[in-house]
Amino acid sequence: MSVSDLSAPPAGSPGSRVREVHDSFHGDLLEVSMGPHHPSTHGVFRMIVTLDGETIVKLKPVFGYLHRNHEKLGENVTYLGSMPYTDRLDYLSSMTNNWAYALAVEKLAGQAVPERAEYVRVILAELTRLLNHTCLAGFLMQDCGCSGTPLMYAFREREYILDLFESLSGSRMMCNYQRFGGCRVDPSADWLAGAQKLTDRYGVFLDEFETLLTGNEIIMARTQGVGKLPPALAIGAGVTGPMLRASGVNYDLRKVDAYGVYPRFDFRVPLGDHGDVYDRYMIRVLEMRESIKILQQALAGLPGGPIMDPKAKLRSFRPKAGEAYGRIEGPKGEIGFYLLSDGSPNPYRYRIRPPSFINLTILEDMCLGHTVADAVIILGSVDIVLGEVDR
Amino acid sequence: MLGTGLLQGLGVTAKNFVGSFHDPARLTTIEYPEVKTKLPEAYRNFPFLVAENATDPMGTLRCVACQICEKECPPQCIYIEKSKDKKPDATGKPQLFPAIFAIDTSVCMSCQICVEVCPFDAIKMDQVYEIATTDRFSALLLNREQLAKSNAYYHGIHPTEAAEVDARLAAERKAAEEKAAAAAAAKAAAAAAKAAAPAAPKPPAAPSAEAPKPPPTS
Repeated sequence: MSVSDLSAPPAGSPGSRVREVHDSFHGDLLEVSMGPHHPSTHGVFRMIVTLDGETIVKLKPVFGYLHRNHEKLGENVTYLGSMPYTDRLDYLSSMTNNWAYALAVEKLAGQAVPERAEYVRVILAELTRLLNHTCLAGFLMQDCGCSGTPLMYAFREREYILDLFESLSGSRMMCNYQRFGGCRVDPSADWLAGAQKLTDRYGVFLDEFETLLTGNEIIMARTQGVGKLPPALAIGAGVTGPMLRASGVNYDLRKVDAYGVYPRFDFRVPLGDHGDVYDRYMIRVLEMRESIKILQQALAGLPGGPIMDPKAKLRSFRPKAGEAYGRIEGPKGEIGFYLLSDGSPNPYRYRIRPPSFINLTILEDMCLGHTVADAVIILGSVDIVLGEVDR
Repeated sequence: MLGTGLLQGLGVTAKNFVGSFHDPARLTTIEYPEVKTKLPEAYRNFPFLVAENATDPMGTLRCVACQICEKECPPQCIYIEKSKDKKPDATGKPQLFPAIFAIDTSVCMSCQICVEVCPFDAIKMDQVYEIATTDRFSALLLNREQLAKSNAYYHGIHPTEAAEVDARLAAERKAAEEKAAAAAAAKAAAAAAKAAAPAAPKPPAAPSAEAPKPPPTS
C-alpha cells in the first residue's frame, strides 16, 4: 500500500497539511553527509550519500582527513627510519606492514634472511591475522547493533596477542620489529611457550565466538544478501584479501607468490559463495582456523640459528640504484611497498599499495540499492583502517 | 529450528557472565591505578641517558655527543650541542660530552632507533608511562638533567639487557686497558733499551740536503 492509496484527509485538518508537505517533497533526493565523526565510519571517513527515501542512489566517499604525508616522509628519512612509520599505516597489523616493507628493501639490496627469522615472521604475521580478523568480527557485530558483547570478547582475545607482541618488541601496537635481514630481537623460549599456549587455546575461543555469532538468526537475516560483490567487479577493481576470496576468487599471495617459508606449510584457502557481508564474516573466521594450523606447524618447525643476517647493516645502509616491489598477503589484502633507489641513504621514491584504500573504492557499487543502515555494515565488512587509507 | 542459534549464543554470554565471578581466567580486567600490571622487560616508551654514577650524573654520562642518534632519529626530536672541552669517559679516554641534550617527547614516537644506532650504549628506553602534564610545551621538552638516569636504574628496568651491556662494556674496557698496558710496556722497554745503550757511538747524521726526497704523493 502506498501513500496515494490512502483516502485524503479532510481539508483543513493537520493530516491534510502533512499530506501536502509529503507530496511536495515526493521524489526529491536527500543528500546526507555521514562522517567524518560518525562512530560507525571506523575513524575519520566521510560518505556523502544521496538517498531516495531510505535507499541509497549515490555514494561518494571522501578520504584524506588523516593524511599525513606518509610517502613524502619516506623520501626524506633513511630506509631504517621509515620502518617505525609503517607501524602507523594499518595500526592493527603493524607486524605485517613491517614485513612487507622489509621484504621490499631486502629485494632492493639483495639481502638474505636467516631461516629462523623467516619462521618468526610467519608466526608473527599469522598472529597478526588472528588479531585483525578477531577485531574485524567484533567491529562488524558492533556495526550490526550487537552492542558491546562480541566486541568485548574479541578485544579480550586481542589483548592476549598484544601482550605477546609487547613482551617481544616492547610495544603493543607500534612494534617496529622487523629489520632488513632478519628481526630485531630473538624470541625467547618463554615467549615461544606463550605463543604455543595461545595457539592451542585460540581454537576454543573461536568455537565459543562462532556459537555466539555464526548460527545467530538475527545476524543471518541482517547480513545475508547484503552488499553483494560480483567476482568480475572485484577483480576489475583490484580488490584483494578476504574480500576478494569471499566473492569466490581463489587468489591468496601466500599461495600465488609463495614468499618466505609459506610453501612449507599445509593450509587451505577458504572461498566464499555469494560475496555478501555474511560471507565476508565467515571467510575471516575460516581464515583464522587456517592461521592456527599454520601457527602450529611454524612453532613446531622453528629452527635454531641467528635471527639477523650477520652481514646486515643497520647504519649507513645504501642500496645500489634500482627499484623493487615487495608484497605480502596482509590481513586486509595485498600490502605492497614500491621503492626506487638512487644509491643514497633515502629512497628516491617510496610508494605504498594499501589494501584498505583499494578495497574501499568499490564501496558505492556494493551499497547502491541498500539502505543507510546497510551501508554501515557493508563498510564494516570491508575492514578498513583510516591510517592506511589516508596515509 | 528457528531460534536455536540465538539460545546457544545466549548460553555463551551466560557462561561468561557467571564465569567471571569465580573463574579468574574469565575476569581479565584490573583496578587501575590501585593495581598495576607488571610491565614486560622489553617495554619501552621514551629514551633516557645512562649515567655511570647516580651521585654525579652529569659528570658520568656515557654520551660522547657523537650526534648519530640526532641524525638517525626519524621524527628529528633530539637536539645535541657538543661541549668545548673534553673529560675522561668510562675507559679513561678523553671524550667530548653533550653540553645540551634535549628530547622533545611530544615529537618522539618511541621507535627505539636511537638506542639501536648508539655505539656507546649511552641512550636507552625508559618505562615511565604516567607522564601527563598540564603544560603543553616546556614540560615535554626534556633536557639532559631530566634525561640522565643511573646505570642502577637501567638495571632495575631492563635487567637482562643491562647485564649484557655491562659485560660488553667491561670487556671493551679490559681490552683498552690491556692495550694501554701493552703500549706502556713497549714504551718502557724501548726506553730501557735506549737507556741501556747510551755509550753507543752515534751514527753520523747525514746532511739534510743529501737526504732522498720522498716522491710526491698527490
